[in-house]
Amino acid sequence: MKFAIVVNEGPYTHQASDTAYRFASAALEKGHEIMRVFFYHDGVNNGTRLTVPPQDERHVQRNWSELAAKHKLDLVVCIAAAQRRGILDENEAKRQGKDANNIAPGFRISGLGQLIDAGINADRLVTFGD
Amino acid sequence: MAGDAKKFLYVNRKAPHGTIYALESLEVVLIGAAFEQKVALAFLDDGVFQLVKGQNTKEIGVKNFANTYRALGDYDVRELYVEAESLAERGLSAADLLEITHENDAGEDVSSLRIVDRAQMAKIMSGQDVILSF
Repeated sequence: MKFAIVVNEGPYTHQASDTAYRFASAALEKGHEIMRVFFYHDGVNNGTRLTVPPQDERHVQRNWSELAAKHKLDLVVCIAAAQRRGILDENEAKRQGKDANNIAPGFRISGLGQLIDAGINADRLVTFGD
Repeated sequence: MAGDAKKFLYVNRKAPHGTIYALESLEVVLIGAAFEQKVALAFLDDGVFQLVKGQNTKEIGVKNFANTYRALGDYDVRELYVEAESLAERGLSAADLLEITHENDAGEDVSSLRIVDRAQMAKIMSGQDVILSF
């Protein structure tokens, strides 16, 4: 089955991102396709490479980045939600006149159209959040 | 596209302010309207507060986006389902809600709000292809 996943909460405060990651891993292991993971609301905070959690804790962002590299996942951070919360890639940082960017490996910034497109083209859209 | 358009339902369950879910949900609806899918909105739990008329956010310093719901008709979003039990539990009635209309196929302005009970809401949900819950 072709799944799309929506993550609506940030890392650590909420379990949504962890559960979405486990769901995605399990689905891929079973041979399903994950056509996109869309990060919205505070979920965009999963896509900053500047997180430094304590060493004896899971690394939520790195988990996603590694899963994306292994399975060529499309991890999309919503641009409008990202701009509100200070998640920028190189292009956006330049466009907004900021001196740095923080997007994590495997993530890309794009529009809400990518969420609607996922709803249209996936067999199932699964949301993780409150 | 019209033939194989999917049915999208946006479920709004949170108060308009206090968290950003309602505002960012509305942003998805407005963007999604361009994709020529069948779109409906549902309001339940504290989400019914999003439609209450006479909202004033001046004292809390956040944007008042209540009037954006009234523009949904221009985006061809014509079905806004409001759960009756959620209204009643909060001491609200249809009279407390914004006037939200769209132009029907006969060119008349008609209300987009449809008050439905919990059982009807469940049926509406089960008839959808994609549900985005905020």
